[in-house]
Amino acid sequence: MLASLTLLAGCRQDMHDQPKYIPLRPVDQVGTVSDGRSARPLVEGAVPRDDARNDIEFYTGKLRNFAGLNPGAVPAGRQQGANQAAANQPGTNQQGQNSPAQQFQGFVTEFPMPITAADLDRGEERFNIYCSVCHGLSGDGQGMIVKRGFKRPPSYHEDRLRQAPVGYFFDVITNGFSTMPDYASQISPRDRWRIISYIRALQLSQHATEADVPADKLGDLSKPPEKATGKEGEHER
Amino acid sequence: MGQIFQRSTNFISRISIFGGVFFVALIIWLLLEFNRSSYYTQAFFPREQPVQFSHKHHAGDDGIDCRYCHTSVETEAFAGIPPTKTCMNCHSQIWSSSPYLEPVRESWRTGKSINWTRVHDLPDFVYFNHSIHVNKGVGCSTCHGRIDLMPLTYQVASLNMEWCLECHRNPEPQLRPKNAIFKMDWEAPPNQQQEGARLRREYNIPSTEVLTSCSTCHR
Ligand code: HEC
Ligand code: HEC
Ligand code: HEC
Ligand code: HEC
Ligand code: HEC
Ligand code: HEC
Repeated sequence: MLASLTLLAGCRQDMHDQPKYIPLRPVDQVGTVSDGRSARPLVEGAVPRDDARNDIEFYTGKLRNFAGLNPGAVPAGRQQGANQAAANQPGTNQQGQNSPAQQFQGFVTEFPMPITAADLDRGEERFNIYCSVCHGLSGDGQGMIVKRGFKRPPSYHEDRLRQAPVGYFFDVITNGFSTMPDYASQISPRDRWRIISYIRALQLSQHATEADVPADKLGDLSKPPEKATGKEGEHER
Repeated sequence: MGQIFQRSTNFISRISIFGGVFFVALIIWLLLEFNRSSYYTQAFFPREQPVQFSHKHHAGDDGIDCRYCHTSVETEAFAGIPPTKTCMNCHSQIWSSSPYLEPVRESWRTGKSINWTRVHDLPDFVYFNHSIHVNKGVGCSTCHGRIDLMPLTYQVASLNMEWCLECHRNPEPQLRPKNAIFKMDWEAPPNQQQEGARLRREYNIPSTEVLTSCSTCHR
């Protein structure tokens, strides 16, 4: 007994906790910084190696002339739109002085990548993960978090957003919009476009039968991908 | 001088030899059981956390998908713990003055990470990968239990090697279709035996020899 206890006392946990960086393990120091993180934040201005982000339309949703490479060159419409919405009553978002045409100026109007049925399915899945908590499964702005007190977003089925160009949606996901947080770190650019294709499908599906379908059936209507992809396909390059 | 050892001592010595063997076996068995007990593996013990984060509220009642917070679970080895920004997506507005959330706001103000206490922690000589399991039909609740009912997160599996191997030897009973991976209340259908075999072929899961080879997990 004593012998085995002595042996047990020899057990050490060295190999259980090796001195290496693994995700989320706090560390004393990395190089010269000691904020406890082994995963370093990106240095400002870092450019991903896989794609030099040359495809401005794909990565910003803005037309080349408008996007510019200097941060000042935000599409004129977007800034006004944001300021104006912030000044509005929560959830209303009516148009004041500037028309949708002005607000949506400078954004890409066609998908910068081909959208297939598989993309649409992926879009639906991602939409349900990231957007439906606030915007609701059918995009009506009645998600669970809204019921718990978050500001109610506008419905996707109002005229203004039905006319909004796809690039505008991309910009909202990437940079946020007033009280809506941005999703740039949670959703890859490709998935953002897929989500938008799904929002388009939602809008089409709801437009046809908007008034005469009971609310609890709206979810079923969100799945007519054949028809919707056909429409979307026309925009493909 | 009379005999010290009477005839009966033969019997006693036999007994004590057996007894000794049994005693040693008992001790070993106790140690092994202790090793598997939830006291040692820390299963079912909620950890003290800097924020009283509740999966029951977020994933259960509010229906937030696991991937909203654990974004990398489908693509990486590591499931990921959400950064403070993810909490602020919602808590910049709701419960924005609750004292429970003060550590979150402080982290947001100062840029210092919240120091979550690890619940699951495999030894560093074991290689584990979420993405392969999640993409090959093993759902969260198979390994983590009903997270969506936990006010404080705890571990339900022992995470012993025995536990991993039990499934790697025979994964069929646990395999689900793709769309059920994140369903917390999934239960095997009555025809799971055929289903599991079919899914195993569909997912192209390698043979038991490969799955139980030491270098699969110790690399
Ligand atoms: C945390 C809740 C929340 C989530 C999650 C969320 N949104 Fe929003 N969204 C809002 C709110 C609130 C508004 C209204 C903002 C305002 O007017 O202040 C909004 C507005 C919008 C608008 C309309 C902008 C306009 O011009 O009125 C679009 C488009 C949009 N969201 C898209 C998305 C997409 C796509 C996702 C998923 C990637 C998403 N949202 C996820 C809360 C959310
Ligand atoms: C609102 C964000 C959020 C959602 C949604 C969420 N989690 Fe978590 N999860 C966290 C945070 C924060 C932690 C760290 C604190 C803790 O351990 O409780 C965590 C911890 C965990 C852990 C333990 C990690 C460890 O330390 O070992 C598991 C397992 C887990 N989550 C599984 C899930 C599953 C399964 C779901 C979907 C049903 C889910 N989570 C949904 C935020 C979230
Ligand atoms: C998608 C929106 C959303 C996100 C993201 C989110 N929460 Fe919450 N949180 C809520 C809601 C809604 C409630 C109210 C709970 C309820 O009543 O169901 C809440 C409540 C809370 C509470 C206090 C109430 C309680 O007892 O549970 C804490 C603490 C909390 N959240 C922590 C966090 C942390 C930490 C994170 C980041 C990992 C986070 N939340 C991310 C929506 C969110
Ligand atoms: C095959 C079993 C298994 C499945 C399935 C599984 N996990 Fe895990 N999970 C683990 C183990 C084992 C660990 C501990 C990993 C470690 O210590 O390195 C872990 C750790 C975690 C952590 C802590 C952070 C990390 O990665 O170490 C989170 C969060 C988590 N799991 C969430 C999830 C979610 C969400 C799902 C469902 C999509 C899921 N897990 C499915 C076994 C599993
Ligand atoms: C409920 C069943 C289950 C459990 C529990 C489980 N696994 Fe797995 N594991 C699988 C399946 C199924 C695969 C998929 C094999 C494949 O297709 O390559 C897998 C694959 C793996 C792989 C990748 C093999 C490869 O070829 O790259 C590793 C590593 C692994 N598991 C480690 C672990 C560890 C470590 C544990 C325990 C902490 C564990 N697993 C627990 C079912 C399980
Ligand atoms: C499915 C994954 C898996 C496979 C395959 C596997 N192991 Fe393990 N092994 C583990 C896990 C997980 C642990 C950690 C157990 C714990 O923490 O109690 C472990 C622990 C060990 C330990 C104990 C180390 C210690 O300090 O406690 C030894 C020794 C070991 N494994 C040897 C082997 C050998 C030999 C093989 C091949 C026959 C093998 N393992 C195959 C997952 C695996």
